[in-house]
Amino acid sequence: MPSLDDLRKRITSVKSTQKITKAMKMVAAAKLRKAQENAEKGRPYSEKMNNVILNLSKSITDKENAPKLLVGTGEEKVHLCIVLTADRGLCGGFNTNIIKKAKSYFEKIISENKTLKIITVGSKGYDQLKRQYKSYIVENISFKESKNINYFDADKVGKIIIEKFEKNEFDVCAIFYNKFKNVITQIPQEQQIVPLNENKDDKDDSGNDNDYEFEPDEDEILSNLLPKNISTQIFKAMLENSASEQGSRMTAMDNATRNAGELVDRLTIEYNRSRQAAITKELIEIISGAESL
Amino acid sequence: MSNLFNIDIVNPEQSFLSKDNVFEVVIPAVEGEIGILKDHIPIISFLKPGIIRVFSASEEQSFYVEDGIVEFKDNTLSVLTSSIFDLKDADKNFVSESISSAEAELSKDNIDDQKRFLLNHKVEVLKSISIN
Repeated sequence: MPSLDDLRKRITSVKSTQKITKAMKMVAAAKLRKAQENAEKGRPYSEKMNNVILNLSKSITDKENAPKLLVGTGEEKVHLCIVLTADRGLCGGFNTNIIKKAKSYFEKIISENKTLKIITVGSKGYDQLKRQYKSYIVENISFKESKNINYFDADKVGKIIIEKFEKNEFDVCAIFYNKFKNVITQIPQEQQIVPLNENKDDKDDSGNDNDYEFEPDEDEILSNLLPKNISTQIFKAMLENSASEQGSRMTAMDNATRNAGELVDRLTIEYNRSRQAAITKELIEIISGAESL
Repeated sequence: MSNLFNIDIVNPEQSFLSKDNVFEVVIPAVEGEIGILKDHIPIISFLKPGIIRVFSASEEQSFYVEDGIVEFKDNTLSVLTSSIFDLKDADKNFVSESISSAEAELSKDNIDDQKRFLLNHKVEVLKSISIN
């Protein structure tokens, strides 16, 4: 049985924790709104980019000589996985969900005797993966210094990928991130970016009868466009990720605040009970003491 | 008959400009400037460093772009670019910084002809901006 003093101390400590979680929740909520706005603002770019590539790839007839970034190297021996996570913790299952998704993919690759290479973006992902997959991690990038998600950072990652591709260091590249659905739901995503999966989001073929004029020719445009597309996809993933992170943190901190409230209630009841018990005990002592006189 | 069409300029972070009352746009495509009017045939091209000029009934706007992709289709011109700014808010420091970094790049030996051409062009365009 804890003493009254102990109980009082515990109540104060839980209350201050509650204050912190509450503050974190509010901060996350404010950041979430901004992140969500940014994610929405960034959507037109990646959609338009997708459209252009779709139209271009339709008009490419000579599949054999098409850029390798589009059709692949013809093999799928070496897989490069880009795992995008947050730089900070305390955001519920956000990081864990991505890692889980990525791990199941890793296991599949390893069991098929293919080579696995990992690039982690965000320090939390690196922390969680280094224990098990240290030998596969080829690069670890973190943008802790950048306050906001910006295209410049995404482009850096994109350039690393292109560089590795040109050196024939991998055949297939996939990125892992959380797609922001709403504040409570974030869906871990696995998206293949090299080679480009064309049938992934089948747009209706309305644009098919549109014969484009190309300047310069299709191949040159494609080879110029595809590297950009990779950066764009990464940027999109980063935006989605940051919205998801804040959403996830908000929910997690909301839960924590509520739990702390419950705990405080329970402890207060316990505190009052033991206080009452102590008073009753004292009274009994006094009364029985008076009686015995 | 109106001879107006739409223009959308987007960069990765946000939609930069969206107008539906332009009658001519001049873009610095990689093989030369293209002027686009209403009912141009669908075209996809990409940009070299240069100035996009947007003419609408009421005003004329100019933007500096470094690279990007343009698509014209169904009387909508989409410009995707990661580096763009309005000439009106051109930052002198930024411009001169860009010039010196491009010149530094030019002085390296390991660049190919195409890149050299693009960089030379970029310096030229940026210099013309800083004069104005």
